[in-house]
Amino acid sequence: MRLNKQILFGLTIVLLNVFFAIFAPLIATHEVDEMDFLYIFAKPGEGGHILGTDDYGRDIFSRLVYGSRISLVVGVIAVGIGALIGTVLGIVAGYFGGFFDALIMRFMDALLSFPYVLLAIAMMAVLGAGLFNAMLAIGIVMVPSFSRIVRGAVLNVKNEEFVLAARTLGASHLWIIFHHILPNIVPVLIIYSSLNFAGAVISEATLSFLGLGIQPPTPSWGSMLAEAKNYLQTAPHMALFPGLAILFTCLGFNILGDGLRDLLDPRLKS
Amino acid sequence: MGKYVAKRIIQVIPTLFFVILTAFLLMKLIPGDPAMILLGPQARAEDIARFRQQLGLDRPLPLQFLIYLKRVLTGDLGTSLVYRQSVLSLILERLPVTITLSLCALLIAVSIGIPAGVMAAMKHNSVIDLLVTILALMGLSIPIFWFGMMLIIVFSLKLGWLPAVGLGDPTKGLWDVVSHFILPSLALGILSTGTIARFTRSSMLEVLNQDYIRTAYAKGLRRSLILYRHALRNALVPVITVIGLQLGNLLAGAVLTETVFALPGLGKLMVDGIFRRDYMLVQGEVLFTAILYIFVNLAVDIAYAFINPKIRQTYRGV
Repeated sequence: MRLNKQILFGLTIVLLNVFFAIFAPLIATHEVDEMDFLYIFAKPGEGGHILGTDDYGRDIFSRLVYGSRISLVVGVIAVGIGALIGTVLGIVAGYFGGFFDALIMRFMDALLSFPYVLLAIAMMAVLGAGLFNAMLAIGIVMVPSFSRIVRGAVLNVKNEEFVLAARTLGASHLWIIFHHILPNIVPVLIIYSSLNFAGAVISEATLSFLGLGIQPPTPSWGSMLAEAKNYLQTAPHMALFPGLAILFTCLGFNILGDGLRDLLDPRLKS
Repeated sequence: MGKYVAKRIIQVIPTLFFVILTAFLLMKLIPGDPAMILLGPQARAEDIARFRQQLGLDRPLPLQFLIYLKRVLTGDLGTSLVYRQSVLSLILERLPVTITLSLCALLIAVSIGIPAGVMAAMKHNSVIDLLVTILALMGLSIPIFWFGMMLIIVFSLKLGWLPAVGLGDPTKGLWDVVSHFILPSLALGILSTGTIARFTRSSMLEVLNQDYIRTAYAKGLRRSLILYRHALRNALVPVITVIGLQLGNLLAGAVLTETVFALPGLGKLMVDGIFRRDYMLVQGEVLFTAILYIFVNLAVDIAYAFINPKIRQTYRGV
C-alpha cells in the first residue's frame, strides 16, 4: 500500500513538472527576459513578482517555469542517448558473450572509474559549452551504468526455456532479441531511466552552474544559480528558488524510480 | 589470502589501460585541430605546424597513444601550457586541500549516515524509518553546490558563525583553519550521507532477520548486546564497501564544493583550467582522479577481504 502511495507521490511531482513545461506561456506571469527596472532584486511578493526578481529585474517565477522545459528536454534526450547506446551495448555483451562481452565490459568498467560528474565536465571542456553538447555529454556518461544493468538482465533471460525453445525452432538472433529479450528488460529500463533522469537534471544544473552548460540569457535552473552565486548577500532569494526547483524535481524522479524498483523488480532492491 | 590480493591487483591492469585510453581519446574529441585551438586564432601556420610536431600530432593515432601510454606510466601527465609547470606537480600541490575536504565530508557522512540507518532499521516501518528514507532520497536529489550556497547564506551571512570562503590562516590558530572547512565539508558530506544511511538500513534489516539473532533473543541476551555485538558488527561489513566507493564520488563532488567556497584544491584548478583552455591540465586531472579512484577501490576490496570471514575462508591456506 505504501508502495503505491510512493509511486503516486513521485508521479505527481513529475507530472506537475511536465504540466509547467507544456503550459509555461500560460503559467508564467511575465515574459522570460522582460526586465522590470523599477524592481531590480525585488524580494518575493514585491511589485507583483511572486518569487521576486533577479539582478536584471527579471521575474524569477516565470524564469523557473520556463526553466523546467530545459530540465525536461535535457533529461529526456540525455537519458534517451544513455539508454539507447547502453541497451545496444548491454545486449551485445550479454547475448553474444565471449570476446564482445569482455571488450565492451572492460571499457565500461574504465568509464565507470571516472567519477560521473567529472567525466561530463571534462567532455564539456573539450566539446565546448551549449545545450546540445550538455545533453550529449550527460547521455554518454550514463552509457556504462545502463549497459551494465541491461547486460545483467539479458543474462537472466538468455537461458530461460522459452528462449531455448525459440532457438530450437530456428529463430534468428535478431528475432529472439526483439521478441524475447527486449520485452523482458523493459521494466529494468523504466526503473533506471527514472533514477537517471534525476541524475541528468542535477548534471545539467551542475554544468550550467560552472558556466559549461546552457548559456545566459536562456533560463536554466543551473545558470540561474550561477548568477545568484554573486548576490548571496543582497538577494538570497535568487539562489533559494532555483535550487528548490531542482531538489523537488529530482526528488520526484528518485521517489518514482525507487517505488517502481520495489514494485517491478524486488530482486534489485538494495 | 595472498592469492586473492594478487588476483584483484591483476584485475586492475586492463581497467587502467582502458582508463588511459579514455583520457587519450577525450582529447581527440576537440573539434578541429588541437594545435590550432591551443595556440589561439592569432597563431602563424608555421608555429602551428611546429607545435603539432612537438605534441606528436603528426604521427599516426596508435603510435600517439603508445607514446602517451608510456609517458603516463612513467608518471608524466604532460605540461600545463598556462602554468608552464608539470601537471602532476600542480596536482600534488593542491591535493592536500581536496583530500582533507573529502575525508572530513566522509567523516560527517559516516557519523550521521550509520546511526540514522541503524535507527531506521530498528524502528522498521515507523516515522523515524520514513524520515530516514526521505532524508536519504533528499541526499541523492540535492545539488551540493546549491546546498553549499544555502549554508553560506544561513551560517555566514545571516548568523555570522562561520567563515564563507577561502582557506584559514594557520598563524591565527587551529580554529581558523578548522572553521573554514566546516561548511564545505557539510555541503559535500550530504552527498554521501543518504547513500550510507540507506545501505546501513537495508543491511541491518537483513541481519536482524537472520536465525542467529533469533537464537540470541531466545537465549535471553540483552537487546542492546544483541544489537551492537551481534547485529551491527555483521551489518557493517558490506557498508564498508559503500563507504569506500563514496570516496570517489566525494573527490568529484569536491570540484563543485571548492568552486562555491573558493578553496584552492583540485576542483578549483580544474575549473580554472577549463576556462583558460588548458586542455593538458584538464586531461591530466581527470586521469589522475580516475586512477586515484581505482586504487581507492582496490584498497577497499582488499580491506573488505580481510574483514569478511567468508572471503577469508575461501582463500584460507592458499
